[in-house]
This record gives sequence, C-alpha cells and structure tokens, in this order.
Amino acid sequence: MELNLSSEEAAFRDEVRAFIAENYPAEMRVPNPETDLSKEQMLLWHRILHRKGWIAPLWPKEHGGPGWSITQRFIFEQETSRAGTLPPLAFSVTMVGPVIYTFGNDAQKQKYLPRILSGEDWWCQGYSEPGSGSDLASVRTKAVRDGDHYIVNGHKTWTTLAQHADWIFCLVRTNPSAKPQAGISFLLIDMKSPGVTVRPIITIDGSHEVNDVFLEDVRVPAENLIGEENKGWTYAKFLLGNERTSMAGIGRSTRYLGRLKHIVRTEVGEDDPTFGEFIKEIARVELDVLALEATELRIVAQMSRGIDPGPAASLFKIRGTEIFQRITDLTHQAIGNYGLAIREHPVSANHFMPGPDYGHTATEKYLNSRKLSIYGGSNEIQRNIIAKAVLGL
Amino acid sequence: MDIQLTEEQELLRSSIQRFLREQYDFDERRKIVATDEGWSRKHWSAFAELGLCAAPFRESSGGLGGGSLATMIVMQEFGRSLVVEPYLETVVLAGGLIEDAGSPEQREAFLPKIMDGSAIWTLAWAEGRSRYDFDNVTTTARRQGDNFVLSGTKAAVIGAPWADKLIVSARTSGGPRDRAGVSLFVVDRHSANLHLQSFKTVDGRRAAELTLMDVHVPGSQLLGAEGEGVAALEVCRDRAIAALCAEAVGAMSVLNSASLEYSKARKQFGAAIGTFQVLQHRMVDMFIALEESISLTQHLNLSLAAREPNGSKLASGAKSKVGNAARFVAEQAVQLHGGMGMSDELNVGHYFKRINSINIQFGDPTYHLMRYAQQN
Repeated sequence: MELNLSSEEAAFRDEVRAFIAENYPAEMRVPNPETDLSKEQMLLWHRILHRKGWIAPLWPKEHGGPGWSITQRFIFEQETSRAGTLPPLAFSVTMVGPVIYTFGNDAQKQKYLPRILSGEDWWCQGYSEPGSGSDLASVRTKAVRDGDHYIVNGHKTWTTLAQHADWIFCLVRTNPSAKPQAGISFLLIDMKSPGVTVRPIITIDGSHEVNDVFLEDVRVPAENLIGEENKGWTYAKFLLGNERTSMAGIGRSTRYLGRLKHIVRTEVGEDDPTFGEFIKEIARVELDVLALEATELRIVAQMSRGIDPGPAASLFKIRGTEIFQRITDLTHQAIGNYGLAIREHPVSANHFMPGPDYGHTATEKYLNSRKLSIYGGSNEIQRNIIAKAVLGL
Repeated sequence: MDIQLTEEQELLRSSIQRFLREQYDFDERRKIVATDEGWSRKHWSAFAELGLCAAPFRESSGGLGGGSLATMIVMQEFGRSLVVEPYLETVVLAGGLIEDAGSPEQREAFLPKIMDGSAIWTLAWAEGRSRYDFDNVTTTARRQGDNFVLSGTKAAVIGAPWADKLIVSARTSGGPRDRAGVSLFVVDRHSANLHLQSFKTVDGRRAAELTLMDVHVPGSQLLGAEGEGVAALEVCRDRAIAALCAEAVGAMSVLNSASLEYSKARKQFGAAIGTFQVLQHRMVDMFIALEESISLTQHLNLSLAAREPNGSKLASGAKSKVGNAARFVAEQAVQLHGGMGMSDELNVGHYFKRINSINIQFGDPTYHLMRYAQQN
C-alpha cells in the first residue's frame, strides 16, 4: 500500500531508496543490529545521514532539518525502515533535540544541536526511576539549587544505552512541596560529571541495552536547565508524544513478516501438521499490518491537511508493539527445536550456535520484544489515554 | 476428580519441598547455572538420596513404585524451583524407555545406576529438519556383524553434554517419514566417532548437536524391537508431557503468586497497581489458567497411571492447553512486573524462559492441538 505520490514525491522516494542502497554500511548488516554493534559502528550511518543533511527529518530547517513536508518525512521513514537501516539514536535526534530547539535558549541551541546532528554527543534518557514507571510524574530524583549549580541526587533506571552516553536529559524534582507535575524540571547532565555511575542491567535475552544511572551529589551548572524551573512536565509530555509516533513500526514489521514467511517456507513442510496453522496466523498478522498501515496513511493524509492527529500515537504504539510481538513469537515457533537455543552475549563467533543462520536471533528477539508493551508508557497506560482523551471516559 | 495424596506421596512432596527450600533457592540455582558444567552433581546425589530417582519405577524393577503420580509430584516441585538437573531426561525419558522397552538384561544393567543417581542419560530423537515428528529420521543404523553402525546428526539434545549414555533414534529400514523402521540404541556418550557441539539453552541448561560418523554400537544395545522405535517414543512422549505439564504448573503457580504479591506492593498513581481493574481481570485470567492446568495435568496423570486407552490423545490435548495457559501466565507475569519483569536479576524472567522451553520440548501447543484434532 502506498500514498498517492506526486511525481516530485515519487522522485524523492526513488532518491532515498537509491541513497540507502549505495550508502548503508555493510558492516552494520549484522544478525541483530540493536545488540551486536559497537558505538562506533552504530554511528556510521548517523554520520552518513548527517553529511547528506538527512539526519533530522523532524527538525525545522533553521536548526538543521532538511525542510521536508509531512509526506516526505513519511516517505523517508518508510524507506529507511523497509530497508532495515538502523535508525539514528532516538534519544538524541527525536527526543532531546526537539525539546532543546522548542524550549531551550539560544546558548543551549548553539551548544547542543550541532553536536546532536553530527553524532558527537550521544544522549540518554533519565526518565524512569525504580518507583516511577508508568507514573512518571512521581519522579523523586532531587535537584537543589546551590548558587550557580544544582546538586542532583537520585536513581534513574532502564536507561537505554547509557553505557555509551555523553549526556543524559533528566526529569528532576525541584519543588518537593508542589503537586507532582508542578515540581519537575528538565535538566541536562554531563555523564562525565563526578557522582554519575552507570550500572548495567542485563535483560532476559542476555543483552546489555539498559542501565541503572546513579546520581550522587552531582553538580550541574544552572545553565543546563531547559526552559523554566518546575515546568519540566510540559517538556516531558512534548517529548513523549514524539517518542510514540514512531512506534507503528510498519517497515520493521513488514520486513520481519517477510523473513517469517521465508523461514516457514523453508522449515515447515506442507506435510507438517502445523503448516496450515502457520499460514493462517501469518495471514492474520499480515492483515493487522495492513490495517495499521492504512490507518497510518490516513492519519498522515489528515496531518498534511492540518488536522491534529490527537492521541493517534497511542493507537500506533499499542497495535505496532502487539504486531511486532506476534511476529517475533511466530518466528520463534517456526524454528522448532532450535527455539531452545539462544545466543550468548556479548556476541562472539567463539560461541557455537546451532541451526540455520536465520534462526539464530529468533529466541532473543521474542524475549526482547516483550519490553515493547512495557516501555514508552505501557500499553495499559496507552489504553487509558485513548479512553480518556478520545472516548471521554 | 481431585487427587488426594496418600501419606507416602505427601511425604515425598514435603521432603522435596524442604530440600529445595533449604538448598535450591534462586541464588543457589543461579550459581549452579553459571558453573562450567551448568548443573550440580552434589544436588543430583541428594535427589537420589531422597529417593527421587527411584520414585516412579516399578517395585519389580527395584523402584519405589510411585508411577506417574510420583513423577508429577517431583516435577511440579522442580518447576517451582526451576531445577535444571536432568531429571526428565534421565529418569522420565531414558528410565521410562528402558523399563518399558528394555530387555531384562538391559533393565538390570541400566536401571540401578539411574535409580542410585550414578548415571546421567538423555534421549536424542530430534534432527535438524524433523520438527516434532518421531518418524522424520534420517540418521541410519546398518548392521555390521554383531554391531550396528550409526551415521547422521541429532539436534538440540538437552543434557547431552552431561550425559553418560544416550538413547538415539536411527533408521534401520524404510525411508524418511516411514513409521516403521526407526530403532532405538543405547550409545555411550564417549563412543569413538560421536561428536558433540555444545550450547547453552534459553532456560539455563546445556544441550548439544550430535554428529555420528560411523559410531559402532553392539547389537545388545538395541533398545526394544528393531524398527518399532516410533511406538516406544510415543509412549515415552506421553509420560514426558505429563511430567512437563506438572513442571509448568509448578512454574505458573510461582509466577501467579509473585504477580499477585507485586501488584499489592507496587504503587503507581498513588495506589497499589492491584487496585486497577484492568490488572485485576488479568490476574483473574491467570488464576483461571492455572486452575485449568492443574486439573488437566492431574487428569492426564491419572489416565496414564490407569493406562486408559485415550491417554495419548489426552497428552496432546494437555500439552496444547497447558502450554498456552503457561505462556499466557508467563507473558502477563512479565508485563505485570513492568521493567523488572525484563530484568535477568528477577526470577520472573527465568520462569518465563523455562515455560518457553517446556512449550518447545516434544512439540509446541499448536503441534499438539493438531495431533489432538486428528485423533477426534
């Protein structure tokens, strides 16, 4: 399914497609790009896109964006995800960048934005805490003003790729006596500051993506505050909206669905008792993808007519994550007995992994994708949002 | 139908529970899994001393005569504690096959060492492309004088790196997918020309790919009638399913109580998350899934103990229904625990992974749903 593209838009699509084909680094084509690449390898594509001027499709032109229409941005998103390219680090480009150019002051824009675009600075997200998951407004990390600095104490958790990060953007409590949402500020913290400790959290798939970040008497210059003190909740919500729009993941699901079909064709013979069931289940998921894609295209068309998508992001997040979980589940089932095996992390050729290559990441992907219905606001919370904001319940 | 345990069975259960509580908590298990070998001979010996390795065997074989209900009791507790030692492989699979299909000489030679804990066994039936069908065998065994010569590969054999002996299925006649012509052989793990490539499984065990390049096996090591291995394996699978369902029930019961406890303690939005109706209903469904699984597992074990004629069909039904129930409980337990459910540090993810493997071993829920349907 495609948008109705003008000839300029079709030419743009072809240009993007050709650029990816010619420039995407071969060494980034590894079995599981999310866990198998070094920091430097992850940044290769980022730097290529930066040189091309395509690193930040969402950003306005004045801050370094390409100045694309909504349709062009959608085309770019679709082409890059269909081609299976590793998206540039979302915490930098999609999350903190827009907060800085929307709510930051000029000095902050000049200091941070160019280094986000070039990939010199790697950002991570200091939102969740052990006691604050879905209920983000309850964050307890404290920032107390001391002259030109804030003294920050607290414990952030589930911090994705903090092990690579130069900077962390944090929600901190600056007014403990106000209502939860009213006492939060948005603070940028240099990860090299004394008192910042990163501790790995290994997840059930054996990989190291997330971390605890401990902040102990960290001195943060007051100039690192974004916008106004105690207004951080507004900025945080703005950022979460951006986080969820990209979660439909049509390109990725389409790609994994294609892989699943290939695996089923190869692994499950027509004489296997479960063959018919696989065919049915694959058709079901394919229809789910089709319906979500059609919804996405409808909303993109509405947005380009200037209509506010409202909480469509929540719908995308719910269905997009459920669909991807189902695809990874079926892929894991398709590899049969080899679903018992899992790669050891860090990944090394020294560890023997049985079965055909295309099955080697099936178990870890199924396990890892369980996080999708939990993070970025659990799917239960997304349903609450739709119940309240759309249905008025 | 509700199984009332006899005094003897209660004693068996409480002695396992006490031992596991004192010596097999989650930290201890983590240490065992992290060792080079990946299992604990010390704990295995203790299981044997408690009589667990002899529990299901007939008294005429030198066992304690507990049958499938004894296995059910053991496996349920092992499921609760995520025991990794190869009880299913050694006692239920290999022991059961030997007791059922073995000659008196074989029973006498092999069973005592299984029952006293001194020998580890496993069963190598699957191949790279066999999926879950026992007749899909390409490994061959040809006669050469008094010996058989085995050639081929066997896939994802759980416990093979630990085993002293393997029971290997190989084709003595017929073509791929012929039901007749598959035979079972007892193969020494250290046999010449038998190669293992070991790997870790998702649930913390060790398994291996086996390559047999002209492995010579004495004719005396043919287990059961030549060419009739599929039928023997099917009986073995019914027992394995009954054991795996009991293990799944044990794992589910821990996940349900952990989720319930967590939902009462974890506060978000100023309230325990257990007060949210959406999560209450989820946990009610998890409760129902467990209750149904307990019932079906008991029903299956009683039917097998009574050797009822529809036992094999019922085994497939239970594997499907209990497997789906366990998977629902496991996935939702992770979801209810939020990020913590994804963490390797918490036990919840490890129960989830064990349930994953249980669902693959001897056929996934869809495979057995179809097998059940075909017997209707």
